[in-house]
Amino acid sequence: MKRLMMRSAICLLTVLAALPAPAVLADGVPEAVLAAERQRTEAIARAVASAVSVFSADGNGGGSGVVISPDGYALSNFHVTSPVGSYMQCSMADGRLYDAVIVGLDPTGDVALIKLCGRDDFPTAVMADSDDVRVGDWCFAVGNPFLLATDFQPTVTYGIVSGVHRYQFPAGTILEYADCIQTDASINPGNSGGPLFNARGELIGINGRGSFEKRGRVNVGLGYAISINQIKNFMGHLRSGRIVDHATLGATVSANEDGGIVISNILESSDAYRRGVRYGDEVIRFGGRSIGSVNGFKNVLGIYPRGWRVPLTILRDGKERELLVRLSGVHAREELIELVQKQTAKDQQPPHGKRPDKAPGKQPGDEDEPKQPHGPQAPPVPAAIAKMIKERTGYANYYFNELSLERVWNGCRTDGDFSKFGGRWKLAGKSLEGDAVSFQLDHAESSAVVPAGESTVAVGTDFSEQLGPTGSGGLLASFHIWRRFLIDGPTRIGDAYYLGTQPLRDRKGLYDVVAVTFDVVEAHLSFEPGSGRLVAMEMFPELGQDPCEVYFDTYREVQEVRLPHRITVWHGDGVFAELELTEIELSPTKEAT
Amino acid sequence: MFARQCCSVALLLSLPAVGRAESTFAPVVRDVQPRMVKIYGAGGGRGLEAYQSGFVISAEGHILTVWSYVLDTEFVTVVLDDGRRFQAELIGADPRVEIAVLKIDAEQLSHFALDDAIDLAPGSRVLAFSNLFNVAVGDEAASVLHGSVSARTRLAARRGAFESAYDGPAYVLDAMTNNPGAGGGALTDRRGRLAAVVGKELRNKLDNTWLNYAIPISEVQLSVEQIIDGELRPQPDDPDLRRPAEPMTLALLGIVLIPDVLAKTPPYVDDVVAASPAAESGLQPDDMILFVNDRLAGSASDLKNALSYIDRIDEVRLLVQRGQQLVEVSLFAPDE
Repeated sequence: MKRLMMRSAICLLTVLAALPAPAVLADGVPEAVLAAERQRTEAIARAVASAVSVFSADGNGGGSGVVISPDGYALSNFHVTSPVGSYMQCSMADGRLYDAVIVGLDPTGDVALIKLCGRDDFPTAVMADSDDVRVGDWCFAVGNPFLLATDFQPTVTYGIVSGVHRYQFPAGTILEYADCIQTDASINPGNSGGPLFNARGELIGINGRGSFEKRGRVNVGLGYAISINQIKNFMGHLRSGRIVDHATLGATVSANEDGGIVISNILESSDAYRRGVRYGDEVIRFGGRSIGSVNGFKNVLGIYPRGWRVPLTILRDGKERELLVRLSGVHAREELIELVQKQTAKDQQPPHGKRPDKAPGKQPGDEDEPKQPHGPQAPPVPAAIAKMIKERTGYANYYFNELSLERVWNGCRTDGDFSKFGGRWKLAGKSLEGDAVSFQLDHAESSAVVPAGESTVAVGTDFSEQLGPTGSGGLLASFHIWRRFLIDGPTRIGDAYYLGTQPLRDRKGLYDVVAVTFDVVEAHLSFEPGSGRLVAMEMFPELGQDPCEVYFDTYREVQEVRLPHRITVWHGDGVFAELELTEIELSPTKEAT
Repeated sequence: MFARQCCSVALLLSLPAVGRAESTFAPVVRDVQPRMVKIYGAGGGRGLEAYQSGFVISAEGHILTVWSYVLDTEFVTVVLDDGRRFQAELIGADPRVEIAVLKIDAEQLSHFALDDAIDLAPGSRVLAFSNLFNVAVGDEAASVLHGSVSARTRLAARRGAFESAYDGPAYVLDAMTNNPGAGGGALTDRRGRLAAVVGKELRNKLDNTWLNYAIPISEVQLSVEQIIDGELRPQPDDPDLRRPAEPMTLALLGIVLIPDVLAKTPPYVDDVVAASPAAESGLQPDDMILFVNDRLAGSASDLKNALSYIDRIDEVRLLVQRGQQLVEVSLFAPDE
């Protein structure tokens, strides 16, 4: 025995001697090990600082969250905030309790955006690119399992990434976990809504679901986190204060005998159909990913909000075709609102209305978490906080829509105050082909003269029927709404709301979008983040019709305001016109008579 | 000069190895996953998942998995890591060590060599690869969990508590490895070297706790080799093989099986005729017959076929599963 020990001691020394020289400290722990330990404790300390424990105001439920901006925006789960309501209290590791309000909801993706109040220097989590996460990477969850954080200190559980790009069926609820990250870090009831970090302490996902079957509601070595990349796509929408919908292609896919993924059904009213997708086409790439399984397809679909345009490559007759398809909503607007109301009513049902971590009905065999005694009555919402809660149908909190709308409008006005030019606008120029074009835009009526002929739109008659010039899909109507928006702004033009952020054709990044309903048509105006400039608008005459897309470039000063001088018009699959404006004349607002 | 160069090369190689030794298991995981398979078969009711895990142990398509009801069907499907699907043949099993070997018609597969399997000491860090909860389908990769070996010990098959047919040495793990569908998964060390087969779910009926364990390869390797060599398999039904003039039958032994209505009806004892050899041997209704004289009885027809090759004057040794226990009995047909 002694000899054996000697031998192993010698072995150990030999191993150590083979390591690079500075590896051993006096106490025998290699420097590399100590460095790794330091790295881990530092990463955890950083991460813990941004973690939030969510409690309902009556102390009777809750979950977890994580702060992502210094002014207090934080992510959590829909199924955490749904039973809690619009007002909640959040503790952080600094030992303070912060008031918080709901901002936006993505019920299908099980994401909630909330805002903590009282500071503009909250510690925040740094978001990673979750597509870089690999199976086998270390990761850790921070949160409030079993609502233990009554001492305000969150719990840290360490593990590895067990799977990536996992797809979990909705299973009887609206919560669908697409493209999620699977981990063996302990995820227990109460961890929901909390952050999953990589080993560097960067945010890679929001924990939300476990596979709980016959073992009761405790960790079974398998938790799922919503990928942070998916949430990045939804972030603008969540900040809109709306109840946000997920997307569908308007087509279903199935695997054929060769393992190819083919279109097995397609709605003729879908944008995919209008772009040329047909039954039997093979899906090669979608959203920049190769598609090898139905789940792979659903994973892509699950990470985009309704209305986004996503590149799709199909194969037909041996030829690949690249398309840009617009996704439509999974739910009808009213349907989504109804689903959320139902869920909320169920979640808030007394007694023990709270089921903070229950993804409702999600798995057969789920058992209820231990019941907690009924807490005291919820305290009244503080007055300063009450001002930040505005109820409106279709919104989680309309207050934040107003906030975003105001922000975007203020940004837009850096190109000038158009309200003084409430008279006729004359625009003249030429097309790329050298043909003369001119437009006269006015309050009651606008007209255009282009090579194809003359056209007009008049207020009071159905805008969806006045889509001239022919082939443009409604350029004149778009210009008419554009002028009215610049003069009146979102609050006076009629029905306008902040939609969120969307990508634009052939441009990088995401753009703030304001949706305006004018007459019977809907227009989406896109603003460049940073400059606030209006760079594009889409006018949708009717559901199931291609919009007229107008892209505004080359802004130059005209009569103390700046206006675009190069305008590209798309309709359907091609460019309708590229216009260069050479003369712009804005008439002032007529004095009231 | 040359020596110094060597030194600096060694330094370069060893530095990152030390600094990042623990930063990720990703390369190891990528190396192991192509060897993992998803297995689909019988079951489907609550608590009886129709799936389990396995891993490839030869380039020609031998697959090691756990012996379970999932394999009680003619139609066992194996899905490789790359998504290819195969109908698998159950070529043999050894219920005493809870393993079965399947064969698919494929070549040049990534596989584990059992000869290279390693032993683990308590405290060793391990990775468990499996398709727990059937999370992965098609070409989606198996899941991986991490943990440590808590102990290497015998699985005490205690009646009423942890009931396991296997009572040999096992690694007890501190990770939640033994979930539905995880049985048959591969337990490796942190470098991806095969060490054990992830066991089935094992629940303590007294306190509803679950034990996570894996069976060392060294405990199953002999059985696997025997199966591949043609043993521990069903008796082949070969017309060229001579049968005894007066073969053994179930009736002679006093064994009544449950009605044989499926293609692979498990050979459960329905009744034991009073005062028969079966009754004297202690055979009981609900016993499931696993082996007849070292021939696997995967089904009632396997069992009858095996008996037809045994002379009625010879001994019949049956290995049966009674609840979670394995019981061996010896029977002789009565004199004529």
